[in-house]
Amino acid sequence: MNIRKISSQIVPPVFFFALFLFSWYALVEVFAIPPFLLPGPWLVADAVILHGERLLNATLLTAIGSLTGFTLSFVVGFCIALLFSQSRIIERGLYPYAIFLQTVPIVAIAPLIVLWIGYGLQGVVAVSFIISLFPIIANTTAGLTQVDPRLLDLFILNNAGRWQILFKLRVPNAVPNMLTGARISSGLSVIGAIVGEFFAGYGTDDFGLGYLIIQTSGQAKTDYLFACILFCTILGLTIFTAVGLSSHYLLRRWRG
Amino acid sequence: MRGVGKVYPSGTHALANVDLQVPRGQFVSIVGPSGCGKSTLIRLVAGLDNYTSGTLTIDGYDPINARKKSNDLAYVFQDPTLLPWRNIYKNVTLPLELRKQIIDDSVTAIIETVGLSDFLTAFPSQLSGGMRMRVSIARALVTNPGLLLLDEPFGALDEITRQLLNEELLKLWERDCWTGLFITHNVYEAAFLADRVLVMSARPGHIIADIEVPFPHPRNKDLRHESSFTEIAHYISNKLEQANQ
Repeated sequence: MNIRKISSQIVPPVFFFALFLFSWYALVEVFAIPPFLLPGPWLVADAVILHGERLLNATLLTAIGSLTGFTLSFVVGFCIALLFSQSRIIERGLYPYAIFLQTVPIVAIAPLIVLWIGYGLQGVVAVSFIISLFPIIANTTAGLTQVDPRLLDLFILNNAGRWQILFKLRVPNAVPNMLTGARISSGLSVIGAIVGEFFAGYGTDDFGLGYLIIQTSGQAKTDYLFACILFCTILGLTIFTAVGLSSHYLLRRWRG
Repeated sequence: MRGVGKVYPSGTHALANVDLQVPRGQFVSIVGPSGCGKSTLIRLVAGLDNYTSGTLTIDGYDPINARKKSNDLAYVFQDPTLLPWRNIYKNVTLPLELRKQIIDDSVTAIIETVGLSDFLTAFPSQLSGGMRMRVSIARALVTNPGLLLLDEPFGALDEITRQLLNEELLKLWERDCWTGLFITHNVYEAAFLADRVLVMSARPGHIIADIEVPFPHPRNKDLRHESSFTEIAHYISNKLEQANQ
């Protein structure tokens, strides 16, 4: 990759970010908006510096929750999709309930989940897991079942067995879909962990970004709240980019 | 094949009353208007579809049993139909892997015959259409088949590549003498390769002409320019025109 190519990817987003910061600054100045409504960018920067350590600790905890939830949903989602691909009856019977995972408002059921699973990490992981499960199931099932019929013929012609068709054809065929699902789920898992933390704290000493958001908004510390949102965004972006880069790397063969 | 017919569940009458006997080691081309059921015919032979009337046997077995018992069949599709996640070598060894047969030096020898020795570790997406088709042919030949079914394998290639691959395929047949059923809509290709050309009618397909191609083997590319060859090609072409009416 040459410098021009890299800079063409980096310069536009940086430019718009600078424009965004300036507009934000101008808005606050021109209309003299009080800081508890909309703090200026410099106040948020102050809050980041002031609460840096707590923010980092909270981000780390949320990251652990969301990554665990994401990994769990990837493994469990893959297994459910394998099951769906092997039996149309099971797929037809259970797929509507998988859609339930997608449509249920997570904020509404999160308190229930926490009530059943318990406070602390397991509650956070459970909420993150449930919200990020469906994209994995849906995409993997599609990849496992939508196989080029000629490739299927090729396997049948060579008298391939059911397991050979599954592991040498269907599973590799589903890899691009699985990675698409993983990209969507990785973002959702961060949201899930934060929502989970709204309801499931870690106790008094440890807390994630979700807890910090509730606390700071309750105390009208808007600059601190903005700093929390900033860290949420950075966390989500980091996980999303990591999954995106690894899928780009894994899919080289498919593109050539 | 005796009185073989095929009606699809949708009611489409693909084949009607096909009678055909192919002796071992013969290379037969099948030409016909598009949609006449040529592909259906060899799918029946491969046991990928069921026929709805008549009888079809290969060495005395029905197609599915013949396929399962003898492991003697290979099929080249219209498209290369390679697995994009496997490199060339791994694509060629796939049939051996699926049949749990030994993978030995013969694999590299076959890849060498189709001229792709330098691309063993390349992936299909890095090759041209003609090269991918060569991989597909190598994959078919790797099991050393007794019966090779080719469903318009060169239809999507440019004329020069097509002629080149025709010559290579012919050389392979002259060396190994498998039984071949070759579908095409190109009469020159049909006559150049085969000992016998069958012309099929429009749907429901049946055989309307069975033409012997008397040129001796080994044939080389100059055959295409001989007047007797052009004559036969024109004769097939005329029959094909009749089939279209």
